[in-house]
Formats: sequence, structure tokens, C-alpha cells
Amino acid sequence: MSLMLAVLVAWLFAMGTYLLLQRTLTRVIIGLGLMSHGAVMMLQVVGGRAGDPPLLAEGEPIDDIAAPLPQALGLTAIVISFAATCFLLTMAYRSWLGTGDDKVQDDIEDRRIAEQVANTEGHYQEESVPDGDEEMLR
Amino acid sequence: MSLVALPVIIPILGAGLTLTLSRWLQVQRVVSFLVLVATMVASIALLVEVEADGIAALNLGGWPAPVGITLVADLAATGLLVVSVAVILLVHLYSIGQGCDTDRPRVFHPVYLVLCAGVAMSFLTGDFFNLFVAFEVMLIASYVLITLGAGQQRIRAGMTYVVINLLASTMLLTAVGLVYAATGTVNMADLVTKFEALPESSRIGFGALLLAVFAIKAAIFPFFFWLPDSYPTAPISVTAVFAGLLTKVGIYTMIRTTTILDLDELQPLLLWAAGITMIIGVVGAIAQDDMKRILSFHIISQVGYMLMGLAIYTVAGLAAAVLYIAHQIPVKTVLFLVGGLIEHTTGTAALHRLGGLVRRAPVIAALFAISALSLAGIPPLSGFLAKFSVIQAGLDAERWLLVAASLCAGLLTMFSMSKIWVGVFWGEPDDPPPVLADPDGPPLRPPALMVWSTVAMVAVTLVIPVFGMAAYDLSERAAIDLLNRDAYVQAVFP
Repeated sequence: MSLMLAVLVAWLFAMGTYLLLQRTLTRVIIGLGLMSHGAVMMLQVVGGRAGDPPLLAEGEPIDDIAAPLPQALGLTAIVISFAATCFLLTMAYRSWLGTGDDKVQDDIEDRRIAEQVANTEGHYQEESVPDGDEEMLR
Repeated sequence: MSLVALPVIIPILGAGLTLTLSRWLQVQRVVSFLVLVATMVASIALLVEVEADGIAALNLGGWPAPVGITLVADLAATGLLVVSVAVILLVHLYSIGQGCDTDRPRVFHPVYLVLCAGVAMSFLTGDFFNLFVAFEVMLIASYVLITLGAGQQRIRAGMTYVVINLLASTMLLTAVGLVYAATGTVNMADLVTKFEALPESSRIGFGALLLAVFAIKAAIFPFFFWLPDSYPTAPISVTAVFAGLLTKVGIYTMIRTTTILDLDELQPLLLWAAGITMIIGVVGAIAQDDMKRILSFHIISQVGYMLMGLAIYTVAGLAAAVLYIAHQIPVKTVLFLVGGLIEHTTGTAALHRLGGLVRRAPVIAALFAISALSLAGIPPLSGFLAKFSVIQAGLDAERWLLVAASLCAGLLTMFSMSKIWVGVFWGEPDDPPPVLADPDGPPLRPPALMVWSTVAMVAVTLVIPVFGMAAYDLSERAAIDLLNRDAYVQAVFP
């Protein structure tokens, strides 16, 4: 069983990383979701063989028991990543409402400093680029 | 009843209470202030207890140690907790003065208290998974604070912050899972012996993964890029409390992890990271024009000094690191608060648009001068004592290159602070905002509560130089405790 699950965990992390590097917010969010699935899945693999119960009645032999701790950890992690994903989706929606675009934009201040370096006179350039033109500058 | 849980429980309950009071802003303000005062009292009582009786541990829910959740209060944790709660309390007054809690829905106070609980739990936890939970409590509160009532630019900057921190949290969860897979425990005291039994390659791998996660939180080279992008856009009181606390919690957990897991194989890596972080941060600061961005780059540079203390990994080094964190939490916060006063009165924080404030706002100038000189490490202020002990530890350990880097970074910090001073307080503005158009106009008056809370914070930064020897002795004892892992284990498994 472990190989299959291990490959799945690796695959989730790989896909998550790929999506995280995209410029579109929704893909970034899905990427983070996949990565946290990978982490939770890994916690379950850590817990031992599938099928054993995590809780036993008193007096039963404790040979076949799955570690209960990773399951508790997994549940906590799921709740947290659920909340964080909801929050991110709200932010992405707000961002979309504001710009009508799902892409992450450049940082204006960073760009200004880059321009300042390019500008040999060294004088400050006041907001030389209007907000809408950020796509062009990339 | 042990005091250990109180600094976590009081603000959490207070958060629930203030949420129900959101209809009455004044009541909400008073209640959350009282909750923070109670947290402060509990933290000080805990420090007094730990100082007298040694490490205190508490098993939540009555489950014995390796199974249940453990909270451990040692000298380093409680000392930094007291400093942090003091800062949280004063910034709370400042943010009321600034009026950043008036937006509807009125969630500022509950979220702020949750942040306080998260910070307290990060300091006191004795369990790696609980550390993950504490980080999440702290970070989710910080996500809300950084985007509360946000405009478009803040959503963009907040996104960077949220995504990078969620990625770090996922990595932390993975690292904790791997440590559990290898050792069968996530309890720090239990890991002291079980982690040592692992083969060297696994120890280095797990240790590096954990430290990388905390390095992202602490903004250490090469993981610092997110910080100057996201911090300056939040409301200034929020930026101030983040700047003072969040990266320091990251570096504290690095210290805790390194001492508990005894990761001395990673020491060379930490030494290099410390040197590069110091230099990169301060060089980045010099290139900036916006005051808040300059200060944000200085956060990175200063974290390098704390890491230097840790990387040296002697009693003197760790004592210096603890002292440096205790110095840096209030000083960094107060610099941002002063920046906030300037921005609040003039409407801008860009250096080229400011000038001549020494005549228009002499109080602000004096507050900035004290805290900037302290940051640069000029005697007799707290930065001098902290920098001196870090460099002394470096000299004792014969880390010449690192000492040279830290002296160089100190000099550049001084340069960068004088750049702010010349830009903001002297000279004439290039393109002044309306308030500054007439250089001989009336004095600028920010709201009294903002000024007085900043004055109180400056007074906090003066505690370390006034009680210099006592502060150093306390951090030295904290460092001895950190390196004496047997005492830690005995406190948890009596």
C-alpha cells in the first residue's frame, strides 16, 4: 500500500508546486489546496497500515491498532487549511472585483526603484506609469 | 492551577467576549484593553514564578506528557512573552488613537486578541504540532489584520503574505509529520532523546526542513523577499506589531528547535545565513525611499544579528540572541509607530516629500532620534548593549568574518537612519504635501493617545539600558536553561 500512497503524496506536492508558481490567483489557491492535501495524506501514511482501528475497547489486545495521533493531527490540519482556503478565495474575489483580472500584479514601489536605477540622472520619477499599464512593463 | 496557560486562555476568551460587543465600540475598546492588561499581569506573574522556581510545565486536559499537549514556560519563553505582551498592549492604545478599529464589521479587537493568544502560545508550547497550531492562530489573525478594510494595493500585497505563509505552514506540517514518522512523537521533551537516536542524515534532513520553515517566518536570507512587499501596506499599527513580533517569534522557534534537537551539524549554514541576512537587509534599506519600506528592510537586517547569536551556539551567543530579541521587539515597533505619527500628520511616508519636521514636530523628532540611535547601536541605548553582547560572543567564538559583517551592517544601519533623519526632519521637501507647504506653519499635532503610547513604548526601550546588567544576567540564565536540555525534560516528565 505504501508505495501507491507515497507516489500520490509526491504527485500532489509536485502539482501543488507547479500551480503555486502560476500568475493566476485561482491556480495559486488550488495549488495550495493540493499541497495541503499532500501533507494530510502523508500524515495518514505515517499512521501505519490502513484498516486497523485507532480506538479499542478495554481489555482487547493492542496488536492491531492504528496510531490515533496522526488522525487527530490530520483533522486539525484539514480544518485549518479549509479556513485558510476560504479566506484566500474571498481575497481572490475581492481582487477580481477591484481589477476585473485574476492575475497577480507587480509591486509598484519595486518597479519604481528599478526605474530609478535605470535612470542615470538618479532623480525620482513620480508615478511615471499609470496603474492600468502594468501588464506592459513585465 | 498553574499560571502557564493563562497568557493563552485570557486573550482567547477576551476575543470571544469582544466579538459579542461589536455593536458598542467604546465598550469593545475598554474590554479588550482590560483583557490585554490581565494578560500582561498573568505573563509577569509567570515570569516571576519561573524566575524563582525554574521551568514550569502544564499538561492540558490532564493527559500525561508525550500523549497530551504540553505547555512549557522557561526563562527565555516567558521573558520574551512579557516583552511581547507589553508591546501588544501599547500598540493597542496606539491603534485606538489612530482609529483603525472603526471600520465595520468591527472585528479589529477580537482578531487582535487572537493574535496575542497565538503569539503567547508560540512562546509557551512544548509540542511541535501545537507549535503549528499556534502559528496558524497567529497567522490567520495576521491575515485578517493585514487585509482589514483593504484597498486594491493591500489585497495584492496581502496575497503575497498569505500565500507565502500558507506555503510555510504546509511545509511545517510536512516536517512535523516526517518527524513523527521517524520518532513516534511530536513532544519536544520526548524528542530530546528520541531525535538523537536517528541516523545523522535524517537528523540533518528534518532539522533543515524545520529550520527552513522558521526561516521563512523570520525572513532570513534567502527567504526574506516577501516581507518588504507586504508589511508596508498594512495600517501602521498593524505593521508595527507585525514588525515587532512575528519575525521574532520565528527566530525564537529557530532557537528552540536548534537547542531541543541539538542541530549543531547545521551550524555552518546558519553562520552564513546570518551574515548574508544582515548585509542584504541593510543594503536593501539604503535603496528605498519610503520610510516604511526602509524600516521593513531593517527588520531583515536585524534578524541577522539574532541568528548570529544562535549560530555561534555558545552560552554567550544564545544569551546575546535572547537579549537582542528582547531589545528588538520594542525598538522595531516604536520606529514604525513614529513612522505612523509622521504619516498620520503629513499624509505621506516618502522621504523626498517630507522635510523640516524638526521644527514642525519636535516631539516626533525626539522620539525618532532615541529609537533610531538605539537601532543603530549607539551607547547608552539598548541597541548598544544587545549589539555589544552579540559581537562579544562572536569574538569569543573567533568568528571573525561574521563579526566584520555585523560591524559593517551596523555602520550601514547608522547611515540609513541618518538618511531618514535628513530626509524627514531636516531640509526642505521636494514636493511637499499640503500640510508642509509652509515651513513656518503651526506645530503638527497627531492624536494625543498615539503620541502618549509611542512615548510609553520609547520608555519600554529604555528599560534594558537602565537595568543593563540585570537584563544581561537574565538572558544569560535563559541561555543556560536553553542549553541545559535535561532540566527541560525533567520539568515535562517529573
